[in-house]
Amino acid sequence: MIPAPFTYRRAATVDEAVTLAARGGEDVKFLAGGHSLLPLMKLRLVVPPELVDIGGIGELSHISEADGHVRVGALATHDQVAGSALLRRELPLLAHAAGRVGDPQVRHRGTIGGSLAHADPAADLPAVALALGATLVTRGPSGTREIAAGDFFTGLFETVLEPGELLAEIRFPKAGPSGWSFQKFTKRGIDWAIVGVAVAGDRVALVNMGPTPLRARAVEDALASGAAPDEAAARAAEGTSAPEDLNGSRAYREHLARVLVGRALGEARSRR
Amino acid sequence: MKVAISVNGSQVGADVEDRTLLVHFIRDVAGLTATNTGCDTSSCGACTVLLDGRSVKSCTVLAAQADGHEVTTVEGLAPGPDQMHPVQRAFRAEHALQCGFCTPGMVMAAVSLLAENPSPTEEEIRSALEGNLCRCTGYHNIVRAVLAAASERGGS
Ligand SMILES: Cc1cc2nc3c(=O)[nH]c(=O)nc-3n(C[C@H](O)[C@H](O)[C@H](O)COP(=O)(O)OP(=O)(O)OC[C@H]3O[C@@H](n4cnc5c(N)ncnc54)[C@H](O)[C@@H]3O)c2cc1C
Ligand code: FES
Ligand code: FES
Repeated sequence: MIPAPFTYRRAATVDEAVTLAARGGEDVKFLAGGHSLLPLMKLRLVVPPELVDIGGIGELSHISEADGHVRVGALATHDQVAGSALLRRELPLLAHAAGRVGDPQVRHRGTIGGSLAHADPAADLPAVALALGATLVTRGPSGTREIAAGDFFTGLFETVLEPGELLAEIRFPKAGPSGWSFQKFTKRGIDWAIVGVAVAGDRVALVNMGPTPLRARAVEDALASGAAPDEAAARAAEGTSAPEDLNGSRAYREHLARVLVGRALGEARSRR
Repeated sequence: MKVAISVNGSQVGADVEDRTLLVHFIRDVAGLTATNTGCDTSSCGACTVLLDGRSVKSCTVLAAQADGHEVTTVEGLAPGPDQMHPVQRAFRAEHALQCGFCTPGMVMAAVSLLAENPSPTEEEIRSALEGNLCRCTGYHNIVRAVLAAASERGGS
């Protein structure tokens, strides 16, 4: 299997990437790690006329600290995120979840920016970004935008990114000493989550329980009004619209969400 | 486009279609056919090679993305003719292959693991090989071989 023909261009800087994408028109796609895009192109589910490879932009793979925030460049690979001493200390939820994406080969290539921009509802890091209250910093033809993770995901594989707009950096407020947990339910090691849960303090986010990653608001509200974790977890499926597929029915996923949120809240408390 | 990739230490240059996959560059342009294509859908790991020292699935990388970088395939592991890399030796000694189809990828995944973690536990080996499927061995001997290679290297 090979992709349909396309023109490959390589950008060395963010400015160059934005310029090349603008010149190429609406259907140009950025290529980061290629671990979502190339499989889709090989299946001809996506047929872009032109790719702008941003994989070599050195300025976008940083992981650093600045005034109460941790800044992660969009091109930081899952492997880099999982192994970063700074992230393991300050944002263990993010480092841990990145280490559970795919397999080592996937983590060597796939990037955090690609994962968020791709907006697969079954992906792990979008829910983690929601739970951690991340801000996404973009660069496009009309300048820079800062977008809250909660406003970023708009639908199945859809985000507020405009054509030619590049996700440059993800900013995370430092989590402080609040407990965290990441639960990923799969049938085999390398699979995507059938359902996943990310908990950071009193924020709870769900993987694969709707067309976008979701906050489990009913659970958060219950916790805020003093409910015990078990009582709160019982509300995990409220406001969700889980997909039905070979891995499970909606009812099965709703059950999983309640069980996994219960486990996650328990584990998060034990880590406080 | 013109692509130049260092494959096992030799510079291989060619003018290829932009959509050329790295696995096809390795097999058809560099002429190194140990690296297999199995699933062609990023799942099986048969196509695993090292890109700048780290394991990647070469069916999911464009040759253009590897332009100017270093690729190592299983043919490039042995230090000399009639010699074997410790991981290759351990695979043979521990009967870690039957049909051998998964082996080049499995060996490269193991080499990448040992570069990152020279003395992995059995559990760590099993999770590091999650991206490599074997239809024959049932994995036990593969895990034993990686453990043996780690202790041979640690001991030497
Ligand atoms: C075998 C396999 C298993 C996997 N398992 C998991 C898993 O368990 N959990 C999980 O979460 N993911 C999984 N993934 C997906 C993986 O995490 C991808 O790396 C990730 O989804 C996309 O990142 P990328 O850098 O490869 O992006 P690419 O494939 O290069 O790009 C994906 C999309 O995002 C766009 N894009 C990329 N970067 C940017 C940017 N900076 N700005 C704007 N747009 C951008 C591209 O144009 C494209 O549309 C798996 C992938 C494979 C192949
Ligand atoms: S052929 Fe590349 S992963 Fe199977
Ligand atoms: S030895 Fe046959 S697939 Fe592994």
